[in-house]
Amino acid sequence: MATMIENEVPQGLNADPMIPQLYRVDRVRDETDDTFTFSLVPENGEAKISFLPGQFNMLYVFGTGEVPISISGNPALTSVLEHTTRSVGIVTKAMCLLKPGDQIGVRGPFGSHWPLNEENGRDLVIISGGIGLAPLRPVLYFLMAQREKYRKIVLLYGARAPEDILFKKELERWRGKFDLEVQVTVDRAASGWRGNVGVVTPLVARAPFDPSNTVALLCGPEVMMRFAVMELQKRGVPHDRIYLSMERNMKCALGYCGHCQYGPGFVCKDGPVYRFDQIVSVFGKSEV
Amino acid sequence: MTPKAPRFNNCAVLSPQQLDQLLQVLIKRDYEVLGPTIREGAVVYDHVGSTKDLPAGWTDEQAGGKYRLKRREDDALFGFVGGAHSWKKFVFPPAMRLWQAHRSNGLFQIVPETRKATKFAFIGVRACELHALSIQDKVFLKGPYVDTVYKLHRENIFIVAVDCVQAGGTCFCASMNTGPKAGAGFDLALTEVLHEGRHHFIVRIGTKAGADLLSQVAHEEATAADVEFAENLVAEAAKHMGRSLDVNGIKEMLYRNIEHVRWDQVADRCLSCSNCTMVCPTCFCSTVEDLTDLSGQQAERWRKWDSCFTTDFSYIHGSSVRSTPRSKYRQWMMHKLAYWIDQFGISGCVGCGRCITWCPVGIDITEEARVIREGETPASAAG
Repeated sequence: MATMIENEVPQGLNADPMIPQLYRVDRVRDETDDTFTFSLVPENGEAKISFLPGQFNMLYVFGTGEVPISISGNPALTSVLEHTTRSVGIVTKAMCLLKPGDQIGVRGPFGSHWPLNEENGRDLVIISGGIGLAPLRPVLYFLMAQREKYRKIVLLYGARAPEDILFKKELERWRGKFDLEVQVTVDRAASGWRGNVGVVTPLVARAPFDPSNTVALLCGPEVMMRFAVMELQKRGVPHDRIYLSMERNMKCALGYCGHCQYGPGFVCKDGPVYRFDQIVSVFGKSEV
Repeated sequence: MTPKAPRFNNCAVLSPQQLDQLLQVLIKRDYEVLGPTIREGAVVYDHVGSTKDLPAGWTDEQAGGKYRLKRREDDALFGFVGGAHSWKKFVFPPAMRLWQAHRSNGLFQIVPETRKATKFAFIGVRACELHALSIQDKVFLKGPYVDTVYKLHRENIFIVAVDCVQAGGTCFCASMNTGPKAGAGFDLALTEVLHEGRHHFIVRIGTKAGADLLSQVAHEEATAADVEFAENLVAEAAKHMGRSLDVNGIKEMLYRNIEHVRWDQVADRCLSCSNCTMVCPTCFCSTVEDLTDLSGQQAERWRKWDSCFTTDFSYIHGSSVRSTPRSKYRQWMMHKLAYWIDQFGISGCVGCGRCITWCPVGIDITEEARVIREGETPASAAG
């Protein structure tokens, strides 16, 4: 029996969502030794860039492959698309070699987003580790553009070493200009480092936010997020005010290749940003 | 006898010869007619040109890790249960090119694969397999994005279902409420009857397209007694399922037991070979492969079936999330019986039994679920 098909294609995508759109590398900026931010502009100059903080794109390097990378740019800009990534695999290493003028294939944006407009009037605590700060950078842009709508904003950030701290200049600028509390810790430091040393999660206990009126945004290694959730629970932040960005292998980003399954859902469409109570049945269980 | 239009809700009777005429009309209407055939010692769905290509007089014997063809004492055309592969290979091809890219002067163009719409006629689709198709429809067609390849193959299918009048040794559709009687999703449904020297098919009409096709061949109207006799055969098959599965609260039961010791025990036997996922009619996972030629100027992307039993499946930066047979088997079984319900509002298992039959070591999903349920500690059951 034939079947009825009535879905609409989401805006901004080809009729076939497996076909990448071509973009051109506009600028590449080294953030740290192995992490870089690149700006992309659409080959079709009329295309307007639109995404929500927390979403990701599938980026294709010619002949090498395609990987999911979160969008790290300013959501208010419609002419340029920014991604920040660490070169670790074959594709991200090839990406790292791209120069201005080179082309890249883009599919997206995909996935859920951080809750922002919904959480006006509360304290925000952002807990992040390593490259996990990249998908939170659009949040910071967004918040700094309407700082007055929120109460305290606290960023707790852990990096491997002082030289691995991402977006250092922006963080300093925002801290000075917008009343953003930033606490950074590093796993190891040379002499001269006067900040915190150690993992990021113990900072939660002393961080200045009101647990009864706080929303927490978490992105980093799963083990970091597990301990961060425990610390937030200790302070009484309820499950439905904790949001986490999860990561799994991804091939289609469309909800049907199965790779990004995370228990009851798919990270590509139900995530990457989950409210904690949505995944509490499987979170922290090993190898799920 | 002159062809006459059937009344929409009534049943018809077709002889084997008339069934063949029906296939010929489908072929004449440019359908690619696919049905059960005998190949490599098994029932395999493939092209059929006439009822002569169907496995007349064959049956199958299925058990955990065992599949054998045997001769029947009659000439039944559908006297077996599910074939080795499901129908998904036609609507969701095991390997296909998605697009090509050509590079010159440092710039590249992506050229999508051009595809022709297919017009398949599936002959002999079982009740469990109809459910499997509707489950894959949910995955590929009803989510936020439509899979264009699946849609192209799925849209124009004509389905002739067959009720099961015997149950296989690994069948448990009665437990899953998916069979043995074809319920919905067919154009025509047959019940094969061999009784006191007569051999005929009771035909139910599912759609206008089915009624139209039936009107093209000579046939008789079924009597109430004919229909009752056929229904009894199917009802009898429901009583003889080789396996059973208690699905009462199974999702919650498995969530409670995500750390059950049984996962370690099944991992001792599981080879992570992925046979169960290949033969499963609902498993939908795929991967993509990016290829280049030696010049480095031509690239292609292919999509291929993948399995949650491979270690690559869950690879993210430097290691795999699920690297042990325990976690892979748990992912597969919890997906089928628990996660699927959260993901798509329906079980991912239709009770066809293929994963039991084709497991080289005979691991049995119904047994694993039963042992986990029986081994629930009071604490986990309460939780």
